[in-house]
Amino acid sequence: MSAEASYYVPEQSKMPILMAAAMGLAAFGAGRWMITGDSLMCILGVVAIATMMYFWFTTVIDENLRGLPSAQLKRSYVWGISWFIFSEVMFFAGFFGALFYLRNIAMPWLGGDGVGVHNPELLWNGFEAEWPLLHTPDQALNGENAKFVGAHESLSYPGLSGLLHWLPLYNTVILLFSSYTVHLAHHALKHGDNRKKFNFWLGFTVVLGLIFLCLQVMEYREAYGHYGITLTSGIYGTTFFMLTGFHGFHVAMGTLMLAIQLLRSFKGQFTADDHFGFEMSSWYWHFVDVVWVMLFFFVYII
Amino acid sequence: MAHGPAKGVTRWLFTTNHKDIGTLYLWFSFAMFILGGFFAMVIRAELFEPGMQLVRPEFFNQMTTMHGLVMVFGAIMPSFVGLANWMIPMMIGAPDMALPRMNNLSFWILPPAFLMLASTLFMEAGAPNFGWTFYAPLSTTYAPETVNYFIFAVHIMGASSIMGSINIVATVLNMRAPGMTMMKMPLFVWTWLITAFLLIAVMPVLAGAVTMMLMDINFGTAFFEAAGGGDPVLFQHIFWFFGHPEVYIIILPAFGVISEIIPTFSRKPLFGYASMVYATSAIAFLSFIVWAHHMFLVGMPVSGELYFMYATMLIAVPTGVKVFNWVSTMFRGAISYETPMLFAIAFVILFTLGGFTGLMLAIAPSDIQYHDTYFVVAHFHYVMVAGAVFSMSAAVYYWLPKWTGRMYNEAMGKLHFWISFIGFNITFFPQHFLGLGGMPRRYADYALQFADWNMVSSIGAFIYGASQILFLYNVIATIVAGKKVSEPKTWDGANGLEWSLPTPPPYHTFTTPPDASVIEENSTVAH
Amino acid sequence: MLRKALRLFSLTFLALAGMHVHAAEQEVSSTTVLNMPTGVSTISHQIYDLHMLIFWVCVVIGIGVFGAMLWAMYFHRKSIGHEAENWHEHLGVELVWTIVPIFILVAMAWPATTTLIEIYDTSDAEIDIRVTGSQWKWQYEYMGEGVQFLSQLASSQDEIYNLDEKGEFYLQEVDNPLVIPVDTKVRFLLSATDVIHSFWVPDFAIKKDAIPGYITETWVEVTETGVYRGSCTELCGQGHAFMPVVFNVVEKDEYEFWLAEKIQEAEAIAALTEQTFTMEELMARGEEAYLTSCALCHQANGQGVPPAFPSLVGSAVVTGPIDAHLEVGVNGVPGTVMQAFGNLLNEVDLAAIMTYQRNAWGNDMGDIVQPIDVYNYKQGQ
Ligand code: HEA
Ligand code: HEA
Ligand code: HEC
Ligand code: CUA
Ligand SMILES: [Cu+2]
Repeated sequence: MSAEASYYVPEQSKMPILMAAAMGLAAFGAGRWMITGDSLMCILGVVAIATMMYFWFTTVIDENLRGLPSAQLKRSYVWGISWFIFSEVMFFAGFFGALFYLRNIAMPWLGGDGVGVHNPELLWNGFEAEWPLLHTPDQALNGENAKFVGAHESLSYPGLSGLLHWLPLYNTVILLFSSYTVHLAHHALKHGDNRKKFNFWLGFTVVLGLIFLCLQVMEYREAYGHYGITLTSGIYGTTFFMLTGFHGFHVAMGTLMLAIQLLRSFKGQFTADDHFGFEMSSWYWHFVDVVWVMLFFFVYII
Repeated sequence: MAHGPAKGVTRWLFTTNHKDIGTLYLWFSFAMFILGGFFAMVIRAELFEPGMQLVRPEFFNQMTTMHGLVMVFGAIMPSFVGLANWMIPMMIGAPDMALPRMNNLSFWILPPAFLMLASTLFMEAGAPNFGWTFYAPLSTTYAPETVNYFIFAVHIMGASSIMGSINIVATVLNMRAPGMTMMKMPLFVWTWLITAFLLIAVMPVLAGAVTMMLMDINFGTAFFEAAGGGDPVLFQHIFWFFGHPEVYIIILPAFGVISEIIPTFSRKPLFGYASMVYATSAIAFLSFIVWAHHMFLVGMPVSGELYFMYATMLIAVPTGVKVFNWVSTMFRGAISYETPMLFAIAFVILFTLGGFTGLMLAIAPSDIQYHDTYFVVAHFHYVMVAGAVFSMSAAVYYWLPKWTGRMYNEAMGKLHFWISFIGFNITFFPQHFLGLGGMPRRYADYALQFADWNMVSSIGAFIYGASQILFLYNVIATIVAGKKVSEPKTWDGANGLEWSLPTPPPYHTFTTPPDASVIEENSTVAH
Repeated sequence: MLRKALRLFSLTFLALAGMHVHAAEQEVSSTTVLNMPTGVSTISHQIYDLHMLIFWVCVVIGIGVFGAMLWAMYFHRKSIGHEAENWHEHLGVELVWTIVPIFILVAMAWPATTTLIEIYDTSDAEIDIRVTGSQWKWQYEYMGEGVQFLSQLASSQDEIYNLDEKGEFYLQEVDNPLVIPVDTKVRFLLSATDVIHSFWVPDFAIKKDAIPGYITETWVEVTETGVYRGSCTELCGQGHAFMPVVFNVVEKDEYEFWLAEKIQEAEAIAALTEQTFTMEELMARGEEAYLTSCALCHQANGQGVPPAFPSLVGSAVVTGPIDAHLEVGVNGVPGTVMQAFGNLLNEVDLAAIMTYQRNAWGNDMGDIVQPIDVYNYKQGQ
């Protein structure tokens, strides 16, 4: 009861309004960037957002160290993060939905299925549906002059023989493993408060995250250079880059979050029963991992 | 913690207080309502007679688009978030919202977003002109360059809604006073809980949709371009996967408000509390699986059409339960007709009419004739204006005395109601005829046989618009010079924890949770 | 004004009382619109009946619900001393009003399903017409006949901007209506070149989106001859209200006659393409074609409405090399509303327009574009 009574309602704070200003700046700057090509304002806005996030999180951590939040407030944080992750799930669901629709409904339709039986005949000059889409309708119609030029080759499952040279497989192993290592870190902290082990496994996870990112950069270079998979190579390139791209961005964020938790751990901020920041970061990490498994399955394998 | 508000403007800029933030949301949404209403007045003035009189067709499209966007995202949604901020902590016995600083942030990113959106009106390329549903490729390849501002504005609005909703969910799930079990919560809290869930689920999908647009426009991707293997119809699927739940996001909190007001003025407990909760959940669930009823004419296979038709029709069942419950609540009560009750009754009648036309639209073969005509426009203004806006007016009259400690002028309130009610019906009832008679929507100009009804509709719109001036005046007059009231219960039939607080409530309330007996005594839920 | 309004409201009341005010014969020129037209196609009657069925179901439910409500509002007022009772639950009635509506819905869904399935049956059409929407005109192609033409708004800009009296069919008239025979199943294959349009004729009860890059289809079998007017119903930019659809439904032999004529015209054009024209001929033809096809945006005086529509007077493209000019005319400017006219206009008209643009309004280039040039340009790509 008394714990409930002392729910910590912070006094006035300048952070939100500054954050709002930063977000406004970034958004307006981004619009301007797209139109005029001038990115300065957007970059300033993003830097301002990052700065405000730094202050905001520092404040919250500081409050926590001072013992202000009650158990109830911490539950609020947990709810907050959980629902935030849910919103992220829905964001990805939108893109996966798009992939599904394009592959299984739009593509056959363009190729002449269903009501649109006349599509290849009247509009796209004999276009044939295939996935991964390497020869776009645009190419079928306009040949050399096409704006959307398909890739030479896809990054899909190359068969058993090519397995060892197949980057996505390595990435999958790495990411799955990292989910396990972050779990080991959590375990070490929670059961026995073993800080050394915690730091080790957490550090290990961060390194895995970095390796993943490096591999992905390599993959992108290869995709652009060798395979001809680009943002403009039609729907295959589009979905490939958008899905893996947003995922990669989330990995980067997750790695950053975990790295920060590592720094905090060096500062001795976690205890066996109070390590909220780490726990939430690890949840986020697991989420990112699950998304990858889906990606691996839907983008690369089938 | 125990002291009152800060002085000056910093009170509003830096506040973490749910009542302050609620007030900010309410005023902001009212400003947006006036802005969106102003756009509507331009539309109605241009449509007063056939021929182009005031604006160019291009500008007309901008008005239609901005009207829809500003009303939906700027007026209605924030107004209910404001109401949630004010009322939910007081209704469940919480000291404040769960995450007060984020609460402030989720409000303060709205003004920049709408400023950005509105500023496109003054840019050379003009404001967004592709309708509030922004179908590709009109909104991508063929859009004015300002579409980029529009896209980022939508991102920010989405962020605001998601943060606001997370806050509400956390508050309801975690901040209830001991003894305030889920099934004792006032219905307004329930409807908002479910609304918040819907928002968290679909706003990210909208963000995804505009992100795809952004990529198609600026980076050469092919989501919505058949030449690259994409499909313009994909856009519609994604948009309506957001868009249909969105319309229930708009109406569910309104249901909540009405479920508070009708029992109060009928002096009888809400009929079928539990079934109200289940019905609301059922509506929320169904709202996810009916989206393509907006797309009956894009050439889906017949099996798809049939599925979406059946699923959509089902929504009439839980919604009907709610309507029947309201009527039963009134039945054999002791009804009195203060302004909030007048609005609530008008809500029930007019919303039901709008629901009926919705059901007609759901019948796929008939929708061939209704689709994209003024029949649809009439449908959604019945549910959104006579639904959401009327319930918002009702809510303001209902809780204004509690918020300000001053009573509004009843006569003026009634006058506002009657002018609104009549003006509204003159505006939108004839639009059914226009639609059935063959007038498509989003038309800057129309054939001669539609002239009469359009003129009637425009006159109605001016009447309805004028009544909103009365509303504004009444609210301000109440705040500035209304008769002081101090008894906790403004309305003798009212129940709910908010009425156990002093009037006006102190800056911080329930810093210690209310007693279980207080909760029991003031419960809106009959036992 | 007020009297007019009152009259309209009394009509409204009549409509609610079930009187269907039927528009005179086939032309929808009556000034009072109230209800959906019963229409003149095999499907339109079914849809109309379905519409009235749901309407009446809703009216009956409405009377029940609002009746109970008004009853309570009147007899259970506090001001007449009615005391509130306290009941607030009753499983029985709650079940009833959950289950009964389900049956009502099934009763509505049944005829809707059969109608819908019939609407989807596009097989066995005798005539296929390809309909292509562009900003802001329709192109019609009688498939397999080699006949195709553009159909555009015939009401003048002056009528729109109130400089001229509006005609009877203001905004519902076109230069070239579609002609189809009565009692024949006609299928439409729809698509669009730029944005989504939608093809609607209320009296036929057909409406379908025309989507760029995809083909959608619908069909009609009209049972009465006459002129029927419809519209584009998907927001497609500033000319959205200005791209009507007009059908002329005629007897079968009349249709055959019309079609034969059209085929001949097409052949004549093909022959003309090989001819060489004089400047005067091209200028005359060009002016006419320019006014119908281009003036909507670039204006009759060629000055356009900058910045939206550039002026062609002294324009670098128009007064530059012929090839560059042809490129814009034939292929348009991708991503803008300046569309590719190569497929929309025939070689003769295109050549005439080019010549006209190059020599009108003081452009005075003095050169001539012949149909064969256009033809060669198209082939060369
Ligand atoms: C608050 C917003 C709101 C609400 C609550 C609703 C409620 C409903 N809407 Fe509406 N709708 C919109 C906002 C809303 N709508 C908007 C904005 C658009 C247009 C978007 C655009 O294109 O711009 C739209 C468009 C729209 C369409 C697409 C039309 C078209 O473009 O062709 C359809 C089609 O099915 C539809 C159906 C319904 C149905 C079945 C309901 C149901 O929920 C209604 C249920 C209620 C009742 C049925 C009445 C009460 C019930 C009883 C008394 C019980 C007994 C009744 C029976 C058994 C009949 N709506
Ligand atoms: C909740 C949302 C909401 C609300 C409240 C309204 C309110 C109104 N709407 Fe709306 N409307 C939409 C949502 C909403 N609308 C949407 C989503 C669309 C579709 C857009 C699209 O097609 O993309 C639409 C489209 C739409 C159209 C069709 C446009 C077209 O197809 O081209 C019309 C036409 O009559 C219209 C009219 C009105 C009117 C007269 C009001 C009135 O209720 C407004 C009254 C309010 C005021 C007038 C402001 C307050 C008063 C003053 C500022 C005082 C000054 C007053 C005077 C000068 C008289 N609306
Ligand atoms: C729907 C509106 C529209 C119609 C109809 C239209 N145009 Fe255009 N036209 C445009 C627009 C918009 C541009 C500018 C494109 C750009 O942004 O470069 C343009 C540009 C041009 C240009 C290049 C001018 C310059 O200086 O850049 C030429 C030439 C031209 N049009 C010829 C024609 C011809 C010939 C026709 C008719 C057969 C026609 N247009 C019909 C909208 C139209
Ligand atoms: Cu074409 Cu609207
Ligand atoms: Cu819907």
